[in-house]
Amino acid sequence: MIYINIKKHLDTAEGALEAHYELSITDGEFLTLFGTSGAGKTTLLRLIAGLEKPNSGRIEVDGDVWFDSERHINLPPQKRSIGFVFQDYALFPSMSVRENLLFAAENEKQRRTVDELIDLVELSQLSDRLPATLSGGQKQRVALARALVRHPKILLLDEPLSALDPAMRTKLQDELSLIHSRLGVTTLLVSHDIAETVKLSDRLASVVSGRIERLCPPMEFFSPQTLSGKLQLIGEVLKIEEDFPAIIVTLLVGSSVVRTVLSSAEASELCVGGRAIISTKAFNPILIPLP
Amino acid sequence: MESEFISTMVLTFKLAAVTTVILLLIGIPLASFLVFSKMRFKSIIETIVSMPLVLPPSVLGFYLLLAFSPASAIGSFMSEHGIRLAFSFEGLVIGSVLFSLPFMVHPIQSALSGVPKTIFEASYTLGKSKLQTMMRVILPSIRHGVISGIVLAFAHTVGEFGVILMIGGNIPDETRVASIAIYDEVESLNYALAHQYALTLFVVTFAILLLVYTLNKKSLGGIR
Repeated sequence: MIYINIKKHLDTAEGALEAHYELSITDGEFLTLFGTSGAGKTTLLRLIAGLEKPNSGRIEVDGDVWFDSERHINLPPQKRSIGFVFQDYALFPSMSVRENLLFAAENEKQRRTVDELIDLVELSQLSDRLPATLSGGQKQRVALARALVRHPKILLLDEPLSALDPAMRTKLQDELSLIHSRLGVTTLLVSHDIAETVKLSDRLASVVSGRIERLCPPMEFFSPQTLSGKLQLIGEVLKIEEDFPAIIVTLLVGSSVVRTVLSSAEASELCVGGRAIISTKAFNPILIPLP
Repeated sequence: MESEFISTMVLTFKLAAVTTVILLLIGIPLASFLVFSKMRFKSIIETIVSMPLVLPPSVLGFYLLLAFSPASAIGSFMSEHGIRLAFSFEGLVIGSVLFSLPFMVHPIQSALSGVPKTIFEASYTLGKSKLQTMMRVILPSIRHGVISGIVLAFAHTVGEFGVILMIGGNIPDETRVASIAIYDEVESLNYALAHQYALTLFVVTFAILLLVYTLNKKSLGGIR
C-alpha cells in the first residue's frame, strides 16, 4: 500500500502553481496519471522517486516512510525501492544492453535474473549491442528491463511510449501489460494517450493543475454514459469539411480513420483537434477477429 | 652532444607526463564543479581557469617567479621544507599545471555538460551513489572529452616556452626542456641541433595527436 499526501510549489509555463497530490495506491495496481502536459504528472513521479523534494507532506510505502516533512525524513532516490523509466530512456551509452542491466543489479541473485529479463523483453539477440545502435522501441525495452532488475516496489513510467510510432506503441503496450500481470509490480504510468490508458490501467487519476481531480476506472472516465446496446468509440476530430447540405467529419479512432456525415447543427459543437464520442444504435455489432 | 639531446627530450616528456597526470586529477573535479555548481562566484573561477588562454605567458611566469622567490610567503614556506621552486623541476610542474589548465578542463567541461540530466538520475534510481555514477557511468561516456583533455594538455605542455623561460631558466637535466633548448641553440647559431630538437617535437606531437584522434574516432564509431 502506497500512501501519498504532498504539496509542492511548481513554476510552470502558465505561472506559479501550488500542487497538492493526495492518493493511495494498492499493491499490484496499475495506475495511470492522465492529463495535459504541464499539469504536473511527471513532477509527481519525480517526487515519489526522490528526484525532487516536496515542500511538505508525507510519502509512505508498505509502512516505510520515504518522506515526512514533520519528522525531517527524506530518503534519497538510492534508498527508495523504485524503477524509473525516463521519457528519453536514459540508457548508459558506454554499456551494452546486458551491462546496462548488470549495472543495476545489487547482488548475485539479481545478476542471475538479468538474462531472464532480457528474454522477457525479447532482446536476447541484441544483448551485446550498445544503446546507440538500437531502435526507439528496443531502447524502451532495455530501459524497462533495467528498471525491473532490482525488484522495485513501484515502477514509475514517464510517458515511456510517447516517442514511438503507433505500431510499436501497441506492441509495447501489450508487453507492458503482460509484464505487469506476470510480475505484479505496482505501476504508475504517466500518459496522455487514451488507448494506452484504457488498455493498461486498473484506475486512472486525472491530473489537472497539480491536483488529482478524479480517480476512477478508465472507462468510467472516458465513456461515462451507461451502455444501452450502443456502440461507442472515442476519437479525435481530424477534419471538418462542408459538403452542402451535410458536413463530413473525419475522426481518428485508435489507429483507424473514420469518416461520417453530420448535419451542420450536429457538427457545430465539434472542433478540429477535439475529442468526440461516436455512438451508433447498431445494438448488435459484429466482431471478426483479424489474422 | 647526443646524450644531452636525449636527456633534454626525456625531461621534456617527463614534465609533460607529470603535468598531465596532475591535471587529470584536478581537471575532472574542477570541470564537474563548473558544470554542476550553482554557486554565485562560479564565473570568477571559470574566468581564472580560462585566463592562460589569453594571458601572455610572461605575465604568469613573472608572478610565479615572484611567488617562488624565498622572499615571498610561498617561497619561504616551501624552502623551509626543503623545496626550492624557482629554477627547479618542481617549479616547472606548478607553472605548467597552471598554464595548461584550460586545455584539460575545457574539453571535459563541454563533454560533461552534454550528458543529459536523466543519465545521472537513472543511475541514482538504480541505487548508485554520486561517486559510483561518476566513475562507472559518466566518465566512460565522456571518454572522448577526457582523452581530448589529456592530449591537449600533454601537447601544450611539451610546447610551452614563455612560462618556463621565466621561472625555469636553462639548467641541463633540471629545467632545460626542448623548447628552451631550441631557442638556446639558435642563439648560439647551432642550427643543426636546433633543427634536431624542432623536428623531433614536430614529429612526436603530430604522431601523438594523429594516434589519439584515430583511436577516438574508432571508439566513437560505436556510439554515434
